[in-house]
Amino acid sequence: MDAVEFSRQARVVIVAGKGGVGKTTITAAFANMAAAKGVDTLIVELDGKSAIPADFGLEGTLDYEEVVLREPGDSLSAQMGECKARVRARRLTPDDALIEYLADHGMARISKRLASSGVLDVVATAIPGIRDILVLGKIKQLDLLQSADLIVVDAPATGHTMGALSSAFGLMDAVQVGPIRLQTSEVIEFLGDPKRCEVLLVTLAEETPVNEVAEAAFELEDKIGIKLGPVIVNCLLPVCGVELDADGEAAGPGNTSGLSMKLPSSSALQKGGALMGLKLSSADCDLLSNAMEFETTRHALQQRQLARLSELLPLPQVGLPLYPTSKMDPAGIGFLSSKLEEAIAKMEPR
Amino acid sequence: MSPSSPKSSRKSAGPEAQNGDARQTASPIAEMIHSKKVIICCGSGGVGKTTVSAALALSAAKAGKRVCVVTIDPARRLADAFGLEALENQPRSVAGDWPGELWALMLDTKVTFDDLINRHSANEAQAQAILNNKLYRNLSGALSGTQEYMAMEKLYELYNDERFDLVVVDTPPTRNAIDFLEAPKRLANFLENKIFRLLMMPTRAYLRAVSLATRTFLRTISKVVGAEVVTDAVEFFHAFEGLEEGFRQRAHRVESLFGSDETAFILATAPKSEAIDEAMFFAKRLLEIGLGVDALIVNRVHPKFDPGPKSVLAGLDATWPNTDGERDLAASKIDAKGHREASDAKAMISNWLAIRAQNHAEEELLAVITKVVDPAPVVKVPLLQEDVHDLAGIELVAEHLVDTQT
Repeated sequence: MDAVEFSRQARVVIVAGKGGVGKTTITAAFANMAAAKGVDTLIVELDGKSAIPADFGLEGTLDYEEVVLREPGDSLSAQMGECKARVRARRLTPDDALIEYLADHGMARISKRLASSGVLDVVATAIPGIRDILVLGKIKQLDLLQSADLIVVDAPATGHTMGALSSAFGLMDAVQVGPIRLQTSEVIEFLGDPKRCEVLLVTLAEETPVNEVAEAAFELEDKIGIKLGPVIVNCLLPVCGVELDADGEAAGPGNTSGLSMKLPSSSALQKGGALMGLKLSSADCDLLSNAMEFETTRHALQQRQLARLSELLPLPQVGLPLYPTSKMDPAGIGFLSSKLEEAIAKMEPR
Repeated sequence: MSPSSPKSSRKSAGPEAQNGDARQTASPIAEMIHSKKVIICCGSGGVGKTTVSAALALSAAKAGKRVCVVTIDPARRLADAFGLEALENQPRSVAGDWPGELWALMLDTKVTFDDLINRHSANEAQAQAILNNKLYRNLSGALSGTQEYMAMEKLYELYNDERFDLVVVDTPPTRNAIDFLEAPKRLANFLENKIFRLLMMPTRAYLRAVSLATRTFLRTISKVVGAEVVTDAVEFFHAFEGLEEGFRQRAHRVESLFGSDETAFILATAPKSEAIDEAMFFAKRLLEIGLGVDALIVNRVHPKFDPGPKSVLAGLDATWPNTDGERDLAASKIDAKGHREASDAKAMISNWLAIRAQNHAEEELLAVITKVVDPAPVVKVPLLQEDVHDLAGIELVAEHLVDTQT
């Protein structure tokens, strides 16, 4: 599939997954890829604490007001690739949404004071899900206003996201009349419209994340009727510098890496080392074998998990390699966005 | 390779390490298991906090303690790992071959809250009035912070339970883990909400006390979502009258327990920048409020394959094979077998270099946070060859936790 087509399938894409799988990184990489293709993109971040600014070489946290992260001809091109459209980002916390809602309803002057006095907490408790609905309502409004060609939402961890999305249905029961009910039914309509909204699930090729993403996918589809994009499998291990795609092609030893499945003997390794100009001791050979065995075991485990994921969840998989760094930076996002484009290109059009 | 090759050295030292001779100094974690009554395991989501908590509890049971681990993770991972069908709000015993006792429970926020109401209400009528109130039902299920608060209530209950020597708490997977410590105050504030208290006053005093803004607001809320919401809230605070003091006192007692020598705070993290950033933030906050970090556990650290300083491998830099090496190879006349040997060697050395690069990046990250938590010990749990999802995996992590070579 073409990256532009992929980016324009739905205006709002909610990136979801359990904690620690790299939702924010995927959000940034997706936005960067779309902008490289001329798709004007807005990142909406829901908890006000994410690493989005750092991913684009800025400091601090996101604000309620939009900031421009990328624009054509900017200085990030060397690290992140050329871009043909802007990437903007903003925060949208439940409190932001509630205060904005109150402001829209003629209470601009007092809304902040009410928030600090705790009355809003009481109201939000009395009507569970109201914060979530207001956030979703605001996202729906950004879609209607066509604030960008693509709006990527960096969602909180799966549990919260699921609660937030299902709250719409709870509210339909709880609130029978008035503007909140109207808002709720509009949100339900929005979530169910595949042209307007879809969810991109992110996971890792590990036991628990695989189980959880499958559970989440079925729940999202059955309960909420939201369209699911491909599953992004993040942090795939490369073996011997060969990067792997999600279906395991070019996988590991004996394949394109040129390494036989059986680890070479010490003497073969020493000969090979000598050809590369290195005099390896037998202790070195043991060490290299141990390191290789560790990595191939991890890799085999990963392949098993990918196979389980295909079995549990009949969605296309988009694999992204582990970016070898401990601190994500613009170069890392640039790398991952180019990998994302490659992986999408291999997807069948639907 | 001979059977006595050092292959198994990266696995743990094995259970015999725990029963070592008297001269052997106990690991900081083993020490903690012996001297503390409460261990609170904090950290951001995705770092393996549940696994670490389970491993701590298992180590304690192996050391002969009667231990209960409390988990708050909705994914029921602990139940799976301990081979239990499900965990309930009451401790369940995990069968296994260890001298102590291992118990586990999964916090049910609503049941815990209901129990509290039943136990502390002045009479049956008050309990029923609260339990049936719509606002209460939402509060017990939905308010962020309720879960954290109930975790503390449960912790306090278990701490006073004579069946247990030690309670290990796996804190909720909040992205910002500090919420856990601030939750009781938030809930207490909520329950003491002044504006609703004032609304309950039947006298004219309320007209003066409640601001014009608040009255406008409440009128609007009634219009937007129905007057019922406001009525429910007022009824709730009315029914709750007299209970909030008890809630506040218990929150206070838990606070003192946290500050006492009986409690240890363990910060779990992973060698990834976001996880470390959150851990640092949390460590600083703990220090600010006078609690401090008793140990930092870094989960899933890449194992090291250290060749020693004399090896040629030690001298390779990250850019290997540089162009010279490649040119040498191209220039030398070698047969197909030689090519295979060379490319195998190249692949294996590149793999080793990649792991070493990962080691370096992780060390850099850990250096900073080690200073922040100083003098607390930093315990590393290596990334294991298998993902941890069963008792055997937890045992392996447990062995690393009490291993003295940290």
